Amino acid sequence: MKGAKDWREMIGWSSLWLAAGLSVLSLGAILWYILSRGLSAVSLEFLTQAPRRLGSEGGIFPTIVSTLYVTAVAMAMAVPVSLGTAIYLREYMRPSPAERLIRFSLQVLAGIPSIVFGLFGFTFFVIKLRMGFSVVAGGLTLAIMVLPTLIRAFEEAIATVPREYREASLALGADRWQTVRRIVLPTANPGLLTGIVLAIGRAVGESAAVILTAGSAMRMPVFPTDQARTMTVHLYILATEGLSDVHAYGTAAVLIVMVLLLNQLTTVTRARRRGEPRTR
Amino acid sequence: MKSRRSRKFIEWALLGSTWLALPALLLIIIFIFLGALPAFESVGLGALLTGEEWRPTKELYGLLPSVLGTLMVTGIALVIVFPVGLGLALFLTEAAPAWGARLIRRALELLAGIPSVVYGFFGIIVLVPVLRQLFGGSGFSAVTGGVVLAIMVLPTMVTLSEDALRAVPSEYRAGSLALGATHWQTVTRVVLPSAIPGISAGLVLAMGRAIGETMAMIMVVGNITGMPTSLFGPVRTLTGNIAIEMKYATGIHQSTLYAAGVFLLVTIIILNLILNSLFRRREARQ
Repeated sequence: MKGAKDWREMIGWSSLWLAAGLSVLSLGAILWYILSRGLSAVSLEFLTQAPRRLGSEGGIFPTIVSTLYVTAVAMAMAVPVSLGTAIYLREYMRPSPAERLIRFSLQVLAGIPSIVFGLFGFTFFVIKLRMGFSVVAGGLTLAIMVLPTLIRAFEEAIATVPREYREASLALGADRWQTVRRIVLPTANPGLLTGIVLAIGRAVGESAAVILTAGSAMRMPVFPTDQARTMTVHLYILATEGLSDVHAYGTAAVLIVMVLLLNQLTTVTRARRRGEPRTR
Repeated sequence: MKSRRSRKFIEWALLGSTWLALPALLLIIIFIFLGALPAFESVGLGALLTGEEWRPTKELYGLLPSVLGTLMVTGIALVIVFPVGLGLALFLTEAAPAWGARLIRRALELLAGIPSVVYGFFGIIVLVPVLRQLFGGSGFSAVTGGVVLAIMVLPTMVTLSEDALRAVPSEYRAGSLALGATHWQTVTRVVLPSAIPGISAGLVLAMGRAIGETMAMIMVVGNITGMPTSLFGPVRTLTGNIAIEMKYATGIHQSTLYAAGVFLLVTIIILNLILNSLFRRREARQ
């Protein structure tokens, strides 16, 4: 009897190891498959030249610029608003129906499919406000989209600041804003940076919302009112229209490398958070 | 005096930014709903949801095929991700050596960060040919979409399940072990049952993400407009339907795409209400 039980438990434990092995393996397979084929397509030329013949020749430079441009606009709008919201929710607001309403709307906002943001951005920014397919329309749509991610991350970062720090500051006669600015924010800084990096990752990786708002014209965007084709949209078009496998692999590899770098960045900012908060 | 005024200004600025989030949400709901109104009026809610034919050129606007398509890919994804995700969460909390846990965490972070079009691309170049070999047809199918989705929502499922498992009070565990139960018995009969609300929350959140995924699905599910015939046949998702047709649709046709957006929004709001009640239940238990 005992033997049978041991036997069954063995199967249980080994299936856990199996699940773990399987997931690491499938991630490894995805990375290896794309990187091994894609990185050989990536060269200085690929990164710095404009696409030719619908993207089957040349490089992806304008799409890299578009991605960074749209992301920068989104972050410039979203970071200040999110920081303000997080500070207000954590440091100023008491639990109340209004606070719960804000939190619920943020939670819903976080769950809304990106295509619905795209649909909204298309209707409101592109058509209603007459921005057309443009960097601003894409950036503003992405800004609303990353708002909940940023606020959540900022709130968590602010929550890690020990209560005693605030009490000490207030006891020394500092007012609430001085405490926030001089004590809470500097201490929470690594966490705030982590949140920003995560949001940049989401913005860079987004495609559905961007294709309906920033467009897909393959030109170099100069003004914020220009159309922009981001890397994700470029990869989507290359892959679905079968224009060029080599260039699709190359674009996918560049995207993955970007994500790996952003990930590396979060481990650095997190490591800083784990260390002792710096005091001045 | 001056400093007091600037302090008031700062507080107002903070309050203002806080109140930006709510109008943003309302604005989205209002715009999508207004856009959908003509479709609800001239096609009707019932005809939209139960119509089996989507042929905008013949003014047939049945969304049932794409609703079914979304349900099929989501269902397949959840069937795969539930055991694997829960297994991984258990592995992380109960079995993993430190290096193993670190490896899995890094892997999940990476998985969560990879853009959805990259998953779609991987689906096209690897899964589609494999499924074509195994089951015939084009390889673009609901199953392909489900497998891609399962990989995409795995981090969500694992993270929430792990949180739920870690939130189980250590006294429960200690009590069970003290009564002579083995580690495995403790895990399956004490820890797992008390973590059920949190684990269901993970499943609900994963479901929300799966329903909302767009580009990766367009890339691998085939996007036919007819009724789905089998799990191994092509389908079209609700989200894909919007993304494919929005740029050129006009009039009632365009309005029906907003209606699809309304269905998605309502689904997400319902899922969030379920989520909140699950979290409340979890808090009540502890």
